[in-house]
Amino acid sequence: MRIPPRYTQTAAKLVMGLATLATLAILVFIILFVLEKGLPVVGFKFLLSAPRDMGKAGGIFPVVVGTILLTLVAILIATPLGVGTAIYLTEYTRESRATRIIRFGADCLAGIPSIIFGLFGFIFFVTILQMGWSILSGGLTLAFMILPTIIRTSEEAIKSVPNSYREVSFSLGATRWETVQKVVLPSALPGIVTGVMLGVGRSIGETAAVIFTAGSSLRMPSSLFDSVRTMSVHFYILAREGISTENAYGTAAILVITILLINLTAYGLMNRFVAKNN
Amino acid sequence: MKFLGEKGVRRVLAGIAFSAISALLLIALFIIKEGLPFIISYGPVKFLLSSDWQPQAGKFGIWPMIVASVWVTLGAMLVGAPLGVACAVYLTEFVPRRVMGVIKPTIELLAGIPSVVYGFIGVMVLAPLIRSQLGGPGLSVLAGAIILGVMILPTIISISIDSIQSVPNSYREGSLALGATHWQTTHMVTVPAAKSGIIAAIILGMGRAIGETMAVIMVAGNAVKIPGSALDSVRTLTANIALEMGYATGQHRQALFATGVVLLIIIMILNSLAGMAIRKRAGKR
Repeated sequence: MRIPPRYTQTAAKLVMGLATLATLAILVFIILFVLEKGLPVVGFKFLLSAPRDMGKAGGIFPVVVGTILLTLVAILIATPLGVGTAIYLTEYTRESRATRIIRFGADCLAGIPSIIFGLFGFIFFVTILQMGWSILSGGLTLAFMILPTIIRTSEEAIKSVPNSYREVSFSLGATRWETVQKVVLPSALPGIVTGVMLGVGRSIGETAAVIFTAGSSLRMPSSLFDSVRTMSVHFYILAREGISTENAYGTAAILVITILLINLTAYGLMNRFVAKNN
Repeated sequence: MKFLGEKGVRRVLAGIAFSAISALLLIALFIIKEGLPFIISYGPVKFLLSSDWQPQAGKFGIWPMIVASVWVTLGAMLVGAPLGVACAVYLTEFVPRRVMGVIKPTIELLAGIPSVVYGFIGVMVLAPLIRSQLGGPGLSVLAGAIILGVMILPTIISISIDSIQSVPNSYREGSLALGATHWQTTHMVTVPAAKSGIIAAIILGMGRAIGETMAVIMVAGNAVKIPGSALDSVRTLTANIALEMGYATGQHRQALFATGVVLLIIIMILNSLAGMAIRKRAGKR
């Protein structure tokens, strides 16, 4: 017996529609669950006071500071490298064996699991270069991790700058580097910022690579060589060691809100950028 | 940078451009340098295939962790691949562009949720549910597979959507003109044409699942044993490294780096497979 195509189509649509709905429902549930449990704990006092009793009570101020410092170090190192790579790939070379190797490197780096970055950072920055568990070790490790994201997004952004901009600049007698500096980069800026913000989001959410390189000290850092605990690591320790479910939820809520806001801004910028250039 | 001159700038940029590949080589080099000598001195067969992991007694067999990683990852694929691909097909072929323009970014946004949060949800919601409904400790292969399956959804959906969208519209029009229904066109023409991209999406998702650490530590239970059923507690390769790295010294630490080498090799194989699938597609156009 043959089932009429109309019916199979209806059935297929139903099944796929349900799958889509289920996917969205799960993802929305995760966010709502964390916010519902965590938001009651969150407030300025939670954000701005020091933790007491290993985080069982009090706030998360040093953790917030630690997260910001670590992310800043990562971004300050990865951005020039990533944008420089993107400029080189788009403005200074044609497709060749070298560019293929560069892209291959970035693609492979993007696929490496964070625990491997953690192992590497631990042996290289912490142990061999003797930086210890510190903001610097953690920041450098994260910089390696977010480099591919920044390269990829910056490259897309620079590529989408119309060629006529460059031609006008050249015709006015500008050199290639002047053109890049004064014409290409300013027009590509929103796209580049998107990449950097995605990198910030990844840095903030990362745990495995950070816990073995930046350590988990709850004290306020006073130099780049001090160990810090990021929000993700703090949340992990609170939850896993059962120190305080309440504060774990609070930290998770802040973590999720921060990352969603950052990613939302990044996508918003990207959309406006794409709309402008088309 | 004026003092550099045009040539200088070019050289500096060329140097910077090799930062990513240098980082990759540096990482591979140091992981292998720390791990490979141990694998050789301990014996690769014994290291990979023995089930005895007792660091205090100097026994380092990672077979249970390999089996655990494979089971959890395959389980995650069973959850993530059908759901993700169905979602991608539905969004590209059966939903107005405008709706999809809202849903796709939303799903990609969710890719940013940290893995520890997924793990925590697994512990608080999923594990108790499994314990009460199906028995066992709750923290298990099943819990790990479901959480990882959900975590890789954004990867699978986003890459699948891109590859389905890149199928030329003429394919669809040709099929519809022959009298095929929308669904017949989708599953006989559009999806087969996007097949290699979808496969790449699934392989990349698999790479993410096998490399995921924090979520799996939290939900899979971490017992070093070969699982007898999906309800047993297991420890994956990644969990093994992360759990013991904090206090391991000497030979024990080398054994963990050696575990890292194994993981790195698996990931490299998966990534090259995905790369091949993507290039195959690019070659066809």
